[in-house]
Amino acid sequence: MNDEENNKEIKELLKQAIAPARHAELQRDLWPQMLRKLEEQPAAMSAVPWFDWALAAILGAVLVFFPSSIPALLYHL
Amino acid sequence: MELLERFAAGDLEAFEALFRQHQKEVYSWIVRIVRDSGIAEDLTVETFWRIHKYRARFDPAGNFRAWARRIATNAAFDHLRKARRETELPEDLAGPGAADPAVRRETREQIKRAFFHLPAKYRLVATLALVEEEPYNKIAEAVGISAGLVKMRVYRAVRILRKQLNSLGVEAGAR
Repeated sequence: MNDEENNKEIKELLKQAIAPARHAELQRDLWPQMLRKLEEQPAAMSAVPWFDWALAAILGAVLVFFPSSIPALLYHL
Repeated sequence: MELLERFAAGDLEAFEALFRQHQKEVYSWIVRIVRDSGIAEDLTVETFWRIHKYRARFDPAGNFRAWARRIATNAAFDHLRKARRETELPEDLAGPGAADPAVRRETREQIKRAFFHLPAKYRLVATLALVEEEPYNKIAEAVGISAGLVKMRVYRAVRILRKQLNSLGVEAGAR
């Protein structure tokens, strides 16, 4: 059996079991829900990613425990 | 300033205008993938939240509709991945009589179960290509892969489904 026949056969089985949803329509306006989500999660839009905080923490620890590295760091900046 | 430029610059009114213009289309795309109206509504809001979050990355000269569809597909795909082992495949949205009534309920359930157990990346393309009959190039654009890869994933999905259905004793045309 070639790919096309194979597809057709499975497609037929799927269509017998699962009807297409292409005509399903949105029944209400979602803007109020959207506004609520924007109000609930505004900080995330300007939040600093966790790995940036992790890098900053590692850098801080290096500077505290190895102060001799400061000149080297300044040299590379 | 044009609507898309204002949106990219962070104007909330422009975002609302775009939301109202595109919410139905985004919902309609998502519901075809997740097949649950409540989840599709939540994912539509999630999609627009991501659109708002990443607005600075949008080129106002670009195609907003295609960009929104791509983000919607990603949101729906994330849901499929999480939901794969948690929930049953929802009942059909098209109402009674949409699925073939001559096919035995048990057979339908077996087919749905096999479909539901497809890995998310295969289920995504199989739903769009085989159930919704969307063209490969449209699916490719929405998923962010080539049309050839869509075809490959459909082929693999069919192979997995065939294997699972054969092991369950379901044959094509079973009634």
